[in-house]
Amino acid sequence: MSKIGVFICHCGENISATVDVERVAKEIGGMEGVAHAIDYKYMCSDPGQTFIKEAIKKYELDGVVVGACSPRMHEPTFRRACAEAGLNPYLCEMSNLREHCSWVHEKSEETTEKAIDLVKMLVEKVKKNKPLESIKVPVTKRALVIGGGIAGIQASLDIANTGHKVILVEKDPSIGGHMSQLSETFPTLDCSQCILTPRMVEVAQHPNIKLYTYAELESLEGFIGNFTAKIRLKAKSVNYSTCTGCGACIQKCPVKKIPSEFNAGLGTRTAIYVPFPQAVPNKPVIDRVNCNYYKRGACKICEKTCQVGSIEWDKEDEIITEQVGAVVLATGFDVKGADFFPEYGYGKFKDVLTGLQFERLASASGPTFGEIRRPSDGAIPKKIVFIACAGSRDPAKGIPYCSKICCMYTAKHAMLYQHKVHDGESTVFYMDIRAGGKNYEEFVRRAIEEDTVNYIRGRVARVYEKNGKLIVKGVDTLLGGEQVEIEADMVVLATAGVANCGSEQLAQKLHVSYDPYHFFAEAHPKLKPVETNTAGIFLAGACQAPKDIPETVGMASGAAVKVAALFSNNELVREPIVAVVNRLAPPLYSTCVGCFMCETACPYNAIEHEDIKGRDGSLIRTIARVNEGLCQGCGTCVAFCRSKSIDIQGYTNEQVYAEVMSLLND
Amino acid sequence: MSIHPDFEPKIVAFVCNWCTYAGADLTGTSRLKYATNVKIVRFPCTGRIDFLLLLKSFAQGADGIIVSGCHPNDCHYTSGNFHARRRWIAFRSILDMMGIDIRRIQYSWVSAAEGSKWADLVNNTVADIRELGPYSEYQKVADYIEKEGIDGEA
Repeated sequence: MSKIGVFICHCGENISATVDVERVAKEIGGMEGVAHAIDYKYMCSDPGQTFIKEAIKKYELDGVVVGACSPRMHEPTFRRACAEAGLNPYLCEMSNLREHCSWVHEKSEETTEKAIDLVKMLVEKVKKNKPLESIKVPVTKRALVIGGGIAGIQASLDIANTGHKVILVEKDPSIGGHMSQLSETFPTLDCSQCILTPRMVEVAQHPNIKLYTYAELESLEGFIGNFTAKIRLKAKSVNYSTCTGCGACIQKCPVKKIPSEFNAGLGTRTAIYVPFPQAVPNKPVIDRVNCNYYKRGACKICEKTCQVGSIEWDKEDEIITEQVGAVVLATGFDVKGADFFPEYGYGKFKDVLTGLQFERLASASGPTFGEIRRPSDGAIPKKIVFIACAGSRDPAKGIPYCSKICCMYTAKHAMLYQHKVHDGESTVFYMDIRAGGKNYEEFVRRAIEEDTVNYIRGRVARVYEKNGKLIVKGVDTLLGGEQVEIEADMVVLATAGVANCGSEQLAQKLHVSYDPYHFFAEAHPKLKPVETNTAGIFLAGACQAPKDIPETVGMASGAAVKVAALFSNNELVREPIVAVVNRLAPPLYSTCVGCFMCETACPYNAIEHEDIKGRDGSLIRTIARVNEGLCQGCGTCVAFCRSKSIDIQGYTNEQVYAEVMSLLND
Repeated sequence: MSIHPDFEPKIVAFVCNWCTYAGADLTGTSRLKYATNVKIVRFPCTGRIDFLLLLKSFAQGADGIIVSGCHPNDCHYTSGNFHARRRWIAFRSILDMMGIDIRRIQYSWVSAAEGSKWADLVNNTVADIRELGPYSEYQKVADYIEKEGIDGEA
């Protein structure tokens, strides 16, 4: 008979407030095969784990069930404790009494009954558990970083500086991301490009970093330590090994009126272009959608201009394959644009801008060389209104969350405006000011007190045009809900930060989870903020949630450390949750009949053919065999198998049937 | 009004580890309340769920069953949820033909971010099964098979 130890955790009061934990331990203690059952305040604490270890030795336990939080939280903790006491870690299971019971039910008899049932299920399962040995797999010590904004740049540099190779993939022609578009940064007002561009150059020159710009991830296969990445190098139409970056082609290109992405649509660019003067690499690509030659088959002026013959008209997208051991996702965010604010007239009135467009106006490298001028007529606006929370914290717009950076950049925008237009008047409509962060609150106070920015607490109902002026109609909720109307020359919307376009598809390629807003999901909101649920894939920056530069850089360094820690091992230990085909003594050999339905089911090509041969070398039968290096343990093959010959360790038919039987057998 | 006022349905949920189990964890972290009738059995993937388990559950006295995993395209293992979906479509018509009440089985997708959807799914399923009343038809078949053997020769 089994000798199972059951340990019920109070989790402080998280479980014991609604579940009668003592009764659970007492009833489970009376179950057949349970040798020891106790409850304790904090099972995961050092004394709690010691109880488990001592009980394993004292009662010679052959199985352990811990009734506590989700196994997604502490299964590794308790399995490690069991291993330390000499019990095979895979003989330990967790019953989820917190997330699936005490937190979702009121204190009642039924809640305790359910807790007892949940523990019983796992006790019956553990009776059928078998000791398993971890699988060792090699590690490819090369990282893939996706996204070349400040997050990707920081992560790449940090990993490269630990001595490991990094492949950095950026979809645009240059690295730099949103940070390169910013004018000055809060709360220090230092110039964004001045602090960013040296890092961009460092990336390009680092011996450990291989940079692919104008490239996107095509697919990712494999698992932690052993990924195969296919990267699409989009056709640049320019041979970078011969191009000197002289820029003559750009000057001669006749297609000059394409809205510049870098200038958020406020400036123009040519069809052969470098996104901005400080771009890395500082070599052009041809935008095939707008180029005359690709559109109409004639022009080729750039080819005639190019003295080194670098234009490659027939170049096609190329797909390269790289082996990597870890992936850092740093794809950043996007801002909500046109059509999202019909009531604010965005897209209808030229002088209603997004925050990002204002950044370009205020930037020395922008379309107006840093002068604040209206896009409509080039005049300097004398009255400007900033609307905070344009979209954010607005469930009606589908964005209930706070975009986090807008309070700060709005204060900065108003401040920059006052510094540039001395006789100007600026007004900010806000809901609340959220200025948590070092020197942030002081910065906002400075905008209000020193730079005399007029802050009005209230929402704006609409923006409309009257006699060539923009009328901003809102309410001042601090002065008894009075209606306010301001005539403005320019309106700037602090638009919500949203997940980057295509992030859902990217998440699906990588098999990482994402939240309802398509931001990538971290493995644990507090304790695993840079990990994803997929081992070996990490997160950095605003692709996880909107965040500012210091936070992004911190997170990127955090992800880099995780990668470096992974690469400090020569081999990894993987959970032995893999499928196995049964093997029996001759003359049966296996119940597998060799139909290979499992092969059709397997998404990882982990099913191999094994020939069973007699002593004379003659073939007796061909059966399936699982390559445990490739198997990821989904178990789809198990459900496909007609003869029940393949089973998955940790979730065997025997184990799950035992769970179901215990659940209903009373 | 239900005709079985004291009936407490027994419901088993077969869920995948990556989406629905995590979603149900989120229901907990968000402290959303739901009925105590559902007990979760964790699987690596819905692709792993052998649908004979569903029949076994009915044979053991389950009144209702929930099967839930990742949304299409979101499977941690690429395609397990597609296999499960296809299996469910085939299985459902067989059950229906056999005269088994397929309203007893609730097939759904709950992602790791859909804590509230899990609470709704549980509460709605419990309400539906409560309305349908206890389920013993399949149990009778199973008892008969156990006693008489599948070919009538025990």
